[in-house]
Amino acid sequence: MKDMSRSESEQVASNGLLHRRVFLAGGAAAMGAGAVASGAGAAPLAVEPWMKIPGAPFNGYGQPSKYEEKVARTWASAPGTGGTGSSRTPHHLLNGTITPSGLHYERSHSGIPDINPDTHRLLVHGLVRRPLVFTLDDLIRYPMESRIAFVECAGNSGGLFAKQPANANVQAIHGLLSCSEWTGVKLSVLLQEAGIEPEAKWVLAEGADAAGMSRSFPIEKALDDAMICLYQNGERVRPSNGYPLRLLLPGFEGNMNVKWLRRIKLTAGPTMTKDETSKYTILLPSGKALQFVFPLEGKSIITHPSPGLTVRGPGLYEISGLAWSGYGKIAKAEVSADGGKSWGLAALQEPVLSKSVTRFRMAWQWDGGPAVLQSRATDETGYVQPSRAQLIALRGDRGIYHNNMIQSWAVAGNGEVKNVYA
Amino acid sequence: MSMRKFVVAVAPAVLLVLTSPAFAQQSPNLGKPISPEDLVSWDISIGPDGSGLPPGSGTVQQGEAVFAAKCQACHGAKGAGQPNDRLVGGQGSLPGDKAPVKTIGSYWPYATTLFDYIRRAMPLNESKALTSDEVYGVVAYLLNINGIIAEGETMNAQSLPKVAMPNREGFITFARGK
Repeated sequence: MKDMSRSESEQVASNGLLHRRVFLAGGAAAMGAGAVASGAGAAPLAVEPWMKIPGAPFNGYGQPSKYEEKVARTWASAPGTGGTGSSRTPHHLLNGTITPSGLHYERSHSGIPDINPDTHRLLVHGLVRRPLVFTLDDLIRYPMESRIAFVECAGNSGGLFAKQPANANVQAIHGLLSCSEWTGVKLSVLLQEAGIEPEAKWVLAEGADAAGMSRSFPIEKALDDAMICLYQNGERVRPSNGYPLRLLLPGFEGNMNVKWLRRIKLTAGPTMTKDETSKYTILLPSGKALQFVFPLEGKSIITHPSPGLTVRGPGLYEISGLAWSGYGKIAKAEVSADGGKSWGLAALQEPVLSKSVTRFRMAWQWDGGPAVLQSRATDETGYVQPSRAQLIALRGDRGIYHNNMIQSWAVAGNGEVKNVYA
Repeated sequence: MSMRKFVVAVAPAVLLVLTSPAFAQQSPNLGKPISPEDLVSWDISIGPDGSGLPPGSGTVQQGEAVFAAKCQACHGAKGAGQPNDRLVGGQGSLPGDKAPVKTIGSYWPYATTLFDYIRRAMPLNESKALTSDEVYGVVAYLLNINGIIAEGETMNAQSLPKVAMPNREGFITFARGK
């Protein structure tokens, strides 16, 4: 009886949501109840072969355990191409906040170029006093900065605009989001060296891939926090993420973080490239389209539980997920287990960083009945993640890009988890 | 040193530090200057005012031949699409709640973007291989089959920026909260 009353006193919202402190020392009693309910004791312990013979020798670059092969990206390519399309991060199989570099999502417009760093060049020109060319050896000598930042494709979660909910998991719906520690040279340092002409108001960034991917962004961003990244998670940026140089525009839609960066041109106005006119614009019901929608808005997703991670019987679980905003830090993440009727405040895992993902965690005493799990982010500017109905009322359902609506996982009585509209 | 003398001696140095050239002197400054002529091969972006368009020209007829040889396999006869993007039609399909048909004719706001994109990225398996004349021709052909320019027209650095795209006024610059 004592356990029950303690558990009830920790309730933060209906249908079993509990304050996360039930997991900590003072909450051990609540956990105990679940453990006893799970029945038979553990089997006798075996002394396994690997406990008795020497293990594998050293090797130059470590790989995940062979038992983790299913932790992999999934991808789709345009017809007739091998590398034009995107691959997705398996968030249901990861935890923490940093995406392993080999699992970072990719969006490529003509495959991954095989760039020789010795001959790669970065050109800075346009409305500057003197155009400059930098080699990799040059850039590696510059003072560097590191920051942890998410990169999210503008098309991430776009499938949630479909009239009917797709039978899809977190990777298929939200996998075009990843987060890394990026290290490189502030773009502003190179621009100052080239000398910015007063008429320069925009910047064109262009890749060395066969598609010559290019985007324009305002010079204010270049002088604020834009970075030319050489390192990702401590090692040189992977080819699939822009080796040897990638532009990072923290918080801005993924497409603008130009990979394989070869050219920076200062201009008076936007270049109106293919991607900033015909592609990454948001068509409204009026027939007009929003253009230059740069930062991603406040958003959150639940990664655990989610489809494929079947909930195994009533008991105490951790609900966790990711929250982020292109406008700054996450102020709070809330979780609902009743389809948005009641909300409880989740614990935010430190560190909570601007324009990065924040892991949130919540305790849940599942009683075995139906539940609809949702999460809702609020960022430090006060922006609250909208419901599906709110976002569609604002923009219609044909916009494709910047879909940050609250998404719902239904948990059935048998523990299976499914994407639903609620 | 009196305070007055100190101010006189140090003030110019402070001023220097506050202006950008002095900041630049504290940077590694490892970039090598390059002349405008030596960067031409990389400076392939075209502004909406036509800045950057190279010499050369192409007609609708010339473009039709290039399209048949190098584009049609992916974009279909007359740009009808399949297996890859459809390039014609869709005008009038943008408002409402039905699936829009976004093409050069219905959606693209600037004709200059066509030259920029085709030259840098198409054909997919041999980008940057078309001559300027071939690119102007393909652009002319695509504008013609979208009903935007007449069959007898020629595209070049002067005529292309003047092409009035049907959806030129179709975009609103985003402002958060508005």
